[in-house]
Amino acid sequence: MRTMPRWLWPSVALALVIAYPLLFSTPFLQRLGALILLYAIAASAWNIVGGYAGQVSVGHVVFFGCGAYAAMGAYAHFALSPLVGIPVGIAASVAIAAVIGVPTLRLSGHYFSMATIAVAELVRLIVSNTDYLGAGVGLSGPTVPRNVFDLSFISALPYYYLFLTVLVITLGITWWMADSRMGFYLRAIRDSERAARSLGAPASRVKLYAFMLSAGLTSVAGTLYATMFGFVDPESGLGILISVKMLIMAALGGAGLLFGPLVGAAILVPLEEISNNLLGGNGAGLTFIVYGAIIVLIARFQPGGILTLIKRLWAKRHKAPDISTAAGASHAP
Amino acid sequence: MSSILVQVIVGGLLLGAVYALFSSGLTLIWGMMNIVNFAHGDFVMLAMYVAFVVWKLFGGGPLAGAPAAALVLATLGVIVYFGLIRSIMKGPMLAQILGTFGLALLLRYAAFWYFGANFLSLPENLVGGTFDVFGIRIEASRLLAGVVALIVTGGLHFLLTRTALGSRMLAVSEDSAAAQLMGIRPDTMQAIAWAIAAGVTGIAGALIATFFYVVPTVGETLGLIAFVTVSLGGFGSVPGALVAGLLIGVIESLSAYWIGAVYKDIVVYALFLGFLWFRPQGLMGKS
Repeated sequence: MRTMPRWLWPSVALALVIAYPLLFSTPFLQRLGALILLYAIAASAWNIVGGYAGQVSVGHVVFFGCGAYAAMGAYAHFALSPLVGIPVGIAASVAIAAVIGVPTLRLSGHYFSMATIAVAELVRLIVSNTDYLGAGVGLSGPTVPRNVFDLSFISALPYYYLFLTVLVITLGITWWMADSRMGFYLRAIRDSERAARSLGAPASRVKLYAFMLSAGLTSVAGTLYATMFGFVDPESGLGILISVKMLIMAALGGAGLLFGPLVGAAILVPLEEISNNLLGGNGAGLTFIVYGAIIVLIARFQPGGILTLIKRLWAKRHKAPDISTAAGASHAP
Repeated sequence: MSSILVQVIVGGLLLGAVYALFSSGLTLIWGMMNIVNFAHGDFVMLAMYVAFVVWKLFGGGPLAGAPAAALVLATLGVIVYFGLIRSIMKGPMLAQILGTFGLALLLRYAAFWYFGANFLSLPENLVGGTFDVFGIRIEASRLLAGVVALIVTGGLHFLLTRTALGSRMLAVSEDSAAAQLMGIRPDTMQAIAWAIAAGVTGIAGALIATFFYVVPTVGETLGLIAFVTVSLGGFGSVPGALVAGLLIGVIESLSAYWIGAVYKDIVVYALFLGFLWFRPQGLMGKS
């Protein structure tokens, strides 16, 4: 096994992912593929702070909403391309992340989780009552694309490759971060913050940087979502269930693992699409019962997620010395 | 002060007493086990549905609904403790938050699936109408809720500070291993704590149901209010939760009266974030 180059399996997987929409060319499957990649971007962004830094944000939707509203706002108010939403959304998200993170990341992790929920609800309530942001009705994007920069396509194929590019960039940034000095600090902090602090790791600052990085990337996912659906309202852009999806996808696949969120998205997005198709409106409630049950079961039996489980089984079968299998203890693919 | 302002403040205090009651359940668990129950608001929601079902099936008011809800919720608390909390307590932070958060989703959407998304409510005259005290109009349902909440919160404080059971629970929360050496079973104490915490939450939920709409997502709002109350009062402190609950009830009522009902939650959440910035240990917590 040791002689096989490390990049072999990732390259094969990447080739398959690139070929997917050409192999499965029905509109439903192409759209499904694009949605998996979109949620994988958001969940991977969440993973930076939730998995690598071990700070469980339950209000990440607020950054998603920043990106989505910035994109639709740029079109609705200034007739600009929704792409303008990317820098604007990132700026707003990073600022909000700093406002939440500076006071709460000094405290125990519970405060951070509660503060993120409170901010998400606060922002949702404010936006729902602000006419400039469409209040309860929301904002729409261009109905007819003026040029390619409106990113408004009928087929899901262009979205698929756009999302794939962004996902690769997101995972690249995550990998680079995990491999840098910051990544080592984060792992030390997650294992024992007190020990890391006593050895001089700037814990609060590093966690804050991870949070801001995560917020900015989540905002990009929000912008992409809004351009694909051409629409955002308080429910689809700021509802707490979007935070839940990011969290559960990352945790199911493996929080703190590079490909964990992608694996989680590849399982849950088809599950949700199929149950919505089969059960119609009632399906939404049932889907979230299943989501809740999955989260409870992961927390109870396998906090490391599916990838950690596979690694453990693999290590057992090959009688290799037990590789690190704690929740997200490994960082590179 | 105009009489309408007094009325708003009295209404806020009565509502705040109920907030204090259901927040004391959250603060008890946090203080004792260092776990935040993210499903707390959904425990309240479930209790509201129990009160609704008791009325629907037997025509019982809150005097029947509250004990029933307390019983159902206490049972749920024990089940949750043994089935979930006991194992995730030792796990990583992520598992702790995911576990109770998943439970919240499970309860919320199970209620949604079973009862539907409609707003239900108990009949207004279930607890006798309104009456005047010194020219202030008070709804009997809110008065009953407020007074019962104060009594139960006081009883809980007495239980925790003045009884042998309370001392044992305190011993477990201070040092579980040492308590075990003294012949106290941490497992039993923690299960009892969950039963008590969920039980008082059940009473609070049944009381709220007499004047508040019942809907599966109500736990989202109420859970956040409990977080705000607990962090304002200081974690683990029942008297802190009482003061903070009353304060939040009054602030909510005043902001609904002065700025508008839609903005009352905005004011409360903003206050919460302000507190996290400047006084994270809360009004009465230890730093």
